Amino acid sequence: MTSLTETDHGAASREEGARQVRAVPRWRRGLRPYLLIVPALLLTGGILYPFGLGLYYTLFDFSASKPQPDMVGFENYRTVFTQEAFWNSAWVTVLYAVGAAAVETVLGVAVALLLHRSSLIGRVLEKILILPLMIAPVIAAIIWKLMLQPSVGVINHLLKPFGLGGVQWTDTPTGALLSSIAVDVWVYTPFVAILALAGLRSLPTSPFEAAAVDGAGWWYTFRRLTLPMLWPYVLVAVIFRFMDSLKVFDIIYALTEGGPGDSTVVLQIRAYLEAIRFQRYSFGISYTIVLWAVVYLAAMVLVRYLGRLQNRAAEVSK
Amino acid sequence: MTRKDRRSERKPGGKPWLGWLADAALVLYFVFALFPIAWMVILSLKPANQLFSTYFSFTPTLDSYRTVLGDSEGIPFVRFFVNSLVVSLGAVALSLVVGLPAAYASARWRFKGSENLMFTLLSFRFAPELTVIIPLFVLYQKLGLFDTYVGMVWVLQLVTLPLIVWIMRSYFADLTPELEQAALLDGYTRKQAFFKVALPLVKPGIAAVSLLAFIFAWNNFVFPLILTSSQAQTVTVGALSFLGGDRPKYNLTAAAALVSVVPPLLLALTIQRYLVRGLSFGAVKS
Repeated sequence: MTSLTETDHGAASREEGARQVRAVPRWRRGLRPYLLIVPALLLTGGILYPFGLGLYYTLFDFSASKPQPDMVGFENYRTVFTQEAFWNSAWVTVLYAVGAAAVETVLGVAVALLLHRSSLIGRVLEKILILPLMIAPVIAAIIWKLMLQPSVGVINHLLKPFGLGGVQWTDTPTGALLSSIAVDVWVYTPFVAILALAGLRSLPTSPFEAAAVDGAGWWYTFRRLTLPMLWPYVLVAVIFRFMDSLKVFDIIYALTEGGPGDSTVVLQIRAYLEAIRFQRYSFGISYTIVLWAVVYLAAMVLVRYLGRLQNRAAEVSK
Repeated sequence: MTRKDRRSERKPGGKPWLGWLADAALVLYFVFALFPIAWMVILSLKPANQLFSTYFSFTPTLDSYRTVLGDSEGIPFVRFFVNSLVVSLGAVALSLVVGLPAAYASARWRFKGSENLMFTLLSFRFAPELTVIIPLFVLYQKLGLFDTYVGMVWVLQLVTLPLIVWIMRSYFADLTPELEQAALLDGYTRKQAFFKVALPLVKPGIAAVSLLAFIFAWNNFVFPLILTSSQAQTVTVGALSFLGGDRPKYNLTAAAALVSVVPPLLLALTIQRYLVRGLSFGAVKS
């Protein structure tokens, strides 16, 4: 588009082209997006079907010992909610999710702030920040299991000079829960840190310059400027982490298998034990349906929030 | 942040030791982050008879890797590794084929129910895996899909498809529609405009999201744990089997763990620039 005449010509043919596009019948144009999305939906349907089947199973007393199951209505759910084991699992799950998400948030934001200072060391370390995040959580749990062995693990070996040689990390109820949270923190703190760092880098610089001119202190700037502006980014990470931790399975399975006793039996582990280990299929599925409902509600809140966040961002950039 | 930090950083630029303190805190975190990986390297290089004797001095040997990769413990680890490759690649390929058009459609057209459909897709990202696995376990037994590649690829869509659709949607949305409209004016059909204009422009996004989806599929544990037994088992489940038995074989477990994390780590380092958008499902654009 170098000369005016060419531009004019372009505008004319654009109108013509628009007429051509309009020439395709309306109903066919309306159908196009659906056609494009159908394959994805079919594939999704391949997953929705077993989900529906699972939901249907929960109305029966379907188990290995009872291959010809009777319809029992909502009996499975009634049993779930009246069972002490369920409430224990729900409690352990909430402790785990809140604990992991809280520690990851504080630690992740701290790491992001330190990296944002961009010293030479920071720039080098930033490149390797993601490494733990890319290791499968189950492999991370295996790694930590080896390190936390009471008598032969390296952690107790390193603690020996401090008089703490024989800590039973995963063999006490509190220790097992804290150890599994520690593995979660090891794997996922980089996730919070990466999102927080991306947030920090996208913040406008002028408010900070103004604050510096006014002689505002570090703490004041952090509390009044950095944190409020960063919060939307961090909250995305927090919600992601909280929802993922609610359905933790692999870390616990490899590290403690739910023990000792029932101390780390989170809901997905309980569902696994009931459905696969004890082969009470429909009862096990009821557990996961209850968990699914909770996580689904949380997901709805997240997507609403993301929509609001994106709208707000769009308004600001206008 | 320690209390000391807050109190004394009030006057920025004044005290150089504050910068050192921050660097020290950073290094401390990275010791926590990297020590376990370094320790696995050490453990995997230790000869079996020196595993617990002296911790930091030993004669390094590659025996553990030889045993793990040589199938000599009755655990066909190389096979698991190949299985992981096949099912992860399969899941990513299939997700791209169905996911790219869906992402494009939802970015270009606002149609009835589009947001609900997209939300349904995303919600799989947050569904507890066991909700579908247990019915699938029963179903797979009947259909003969248990412990097969097809069965694994089908179920791994739960991991890869939402990721690909949601990230690619934000890449397509960032393209201005005028580019394709101009192509239509030049006589392209809609299909050509998609394949010759839109798709090439989001190629970097496709590459990044494919690698990320591959990593997620590779790292999955619970699907292969329940839906495979020996033929289609993957490395994540396979690595755990070295811990079984009367005497856990620490050096072999360490070697297996390290071998199984090599592909995701290498890929992650190559797509680092795109990771933020991928990990946050496009919620934070990098």
